[in-house]
Amino acid sequence: MSFHFVKLRKIWYIVSLAVIVPGLISLMLQGLNLGIDFTGGSLVEVRFKEPTSIEQVRQVVTGQELGSAKGIQKSGETDFIIRTKELTEEQSASLISSLRQDAGDLDLLRNDRVGPVISGELVRDALLALVIAAGLILVYTSIRFEFKQGIAAIVAIIHDVLVVLGMFSLLQIEVNSAFVAAMLTIIGYSINDTIIIFDRVRENLRLAQRKEAIEELVNRSLWQTLVRSINTVLTVVFVLVALFLLGGSTIQNFVLAMLIGVISGAYSSIFVASPVWVEMRLRERKGGRQAAKA
Amino acid sequence: MRWSRLLILLLIVIVVAAAGISAVAPLKMFQDNEQLPWVQENITLGLDLRGGVHVVLEAEETAETEVTSDSMRKAKGIIEQRVNELGVAEPVIQVQGDKRLIVELAGIDDPEQAVADMIKPAYLEFKTPDGETALTGGELKDAQESRDPTSGRTTVNLTFTPEGTKKFAAITTQNVGRKIGIYLDGNLLQEPVVNEPIPSGKAEITGYSSLEEAHRMAILLRSGALPVKLQVLEKRSVGPQLGEDSLNSSVKAGIVGLVAILVFMAVYYRVPGLLANLALIIYTLLVLGVFIGIHAVMTLPGIAGFLLSLGIAVDANVIIFERIKEEIRSGKGLRPAIDAGFKRGFVAVFDANVTTLLVAAVLYYFGTAVFRGFAVTLSIGILASMFTAITMTRWMLHLVAGGFLVKNTKMYGA
Repeated sequence: MSFHFVKLRKIWYIVSLAVIVPGLISLMLQGLNLGIDFTGGSLVEVRFKEPTSIEQVRQVVTGQELGSAKGIQKSGETDFIIRTKELTEEQSASLISSLRQDAGDLDLLRNDRVGPVISGELVRDALLALVIAAGLILVYTSIRFEFKQGIAAIVAIIHDVLVVLGMFSLLQIEVNSAFVAAMLTIIGYSINDTIIIFDRVRENLRLAQRKEAIEELVNRSLWQTLVRSINTVLTVVFVLVALFLLGGSTIQNFVLAMLIGVISGAYSSIFVASPVWVEMRLRERKGGRQAAKA
Repeated sequence: MRWSRLLILLLIVIVVAAAGISAVAPLKMFQDNEQLPWVQENITLGLDLRGGVHVVLEAEETAETEVTSDSMRKAKGIIEQRVNELGVAEPVIQVQGDKRLIVELAGIDDPEQAVADMIKPAYLEFKTPDGETALTGGELKDAQESRDPTSGRTTVNLTFTPEGTKKFAAITTQNVGRKIGIYLDGNLLQEPVVNEPIPSGKAEITGYSSLEEAHRMAILLRSGALPVKLQVLEKRSVGPQLGEDSLNSSVKAGIVGLVAILVFMAVYYRVPGLLANLALIIYTLLVLGVFIGIHAVMTLPGIAGFLLSLGIAVDANVIIFERIKEEIRSGKGLRPAIDAGFKRGFVAVFDANVTTLLVAAVLYYFGTAVFRGFAVTLSIGILASMFTAITMTRWMLHLVAGGFLVKNTKMYGA
């Protein structure tokens, strides 16, 4: 065993911070690029039958006086996405008919409208779901393992959530309701990975000779589960990369969030959850000894 | 070598292959059978995969109308009737909370028009020259569109209820030579001059640009006015093209992802890998069968959930195979190593899956309709994987190991 995961834990903390801190700064400075699911608004995606220029589309949209069109984006060869404030049914119908008239015949691919009430409810439900999921996981791991391992697992989850949020903020990728689903799935994966390792730790603890230091035991457990960790991430990444490249524009952000989250989840179960648990164990012992002295 | 075990294994392979082919392959021999290939024929596709619209409507309190559970029920009934008359198959119309309606229409060509027609108030009034309302849409028995073949003029023909007939006869008698206004939702549609009293209870409205427009108007009038004003809170419409694109690309992604996993498992874990692949195919068929059985609606996130559950199913086998390798290395014989590997691996798989199920439950509870699909497919996937990755793979591994088909432990990846 040439490589000691636990002894080098300070390095992993620094690596994690190096990824998370820029993301946090970006979150504070520029926040997330929230889609209409969270802000309310309208999104119209059209496919023109003949190629047309983005300028021409922009001209039609600005001519409609819909307030500021937040963004007109080319999403395919002749596909355009137009994001605006929330449009009434009449406004969106008139936008589409003037696009047809002035920019060329088209097929309507997508027309989403989210009112402020719905978007507010979505934010509330999303946060509540994240908190409840984390709570349930803590309860389950505390029962099946120990409370400290539950805490360590939650720390790893928060790590992964921050990594994904930070990356999405840094790259200003649009965040929509699919992103929340991705987050919950990432939580599921992250905890999955951590539990497989803690399961091994639990087993080794039961069989361990008393002499073995906790660092050594965890390190041994990590090595024993390492091939599994790598292989599992690989298979999931295969699927996600296939989905990312071929899965269509509507789920690309979802898949990207999953991809970042799953890789982060594999990293955090080895380099964050396990060292954090060791850290807590060591402190508990030190605290116990000092109490005994006094 | 025990031939009976080999035979069983061969039988499993044949049965799985046959089921797999009948599930997806569009073979010529199946063309006469409507149920085959069964996956394509029987899985219900969601709005995002075949085009359609999801709308959340909220009833708005106005000075004249109050939103009550009774008016919501009536509004729901009217929307149902309008949607049915538009010829939408399997619409979903639900009341949510106190004053919301959720409507989902799949497989329609023009979702925008459907939404517009759905929420039209369609309040019909006949007003006397003095501006008094003499008749309303409530006294309407029927409305039918028609086109005069010679003039090409399109009309909607109205038939009143007995009560309406009496009233209509009365106002036409009182106002011969004067104009009667026909208003829809407060807008003047037409102002015909009364030539003579009309006792038959029939009237007609003209001024439509097409028969289709007249047809939609007739539906609105027949189904009656909405008792409350409905507002669109949320609308997600997917055109048929985008739906088709999404379906094609996710099926392609699914195949590529699945093949990548199968190849990886076979190369890395060899004999157990091949058996795990067989179990994975059984798993796929099982999950698809359950989807059909519970009439799950397949959506884009649903497909993603299914593909991720493939990853979980593989993970269960990876955990167990790694254990078996360890047991073999520690000097155990093949069969005891397999047993010990499954026994020890199971605890880890179980704990890991329970936590993922907890997350799926939360997602189901808080998610909107679409992400419920994701949660359901993920949960079904996890449960099915517990069966195939543990029971099926173990049984097949025993068949191989016990049959002394492959004795060399190297072929188990060790």
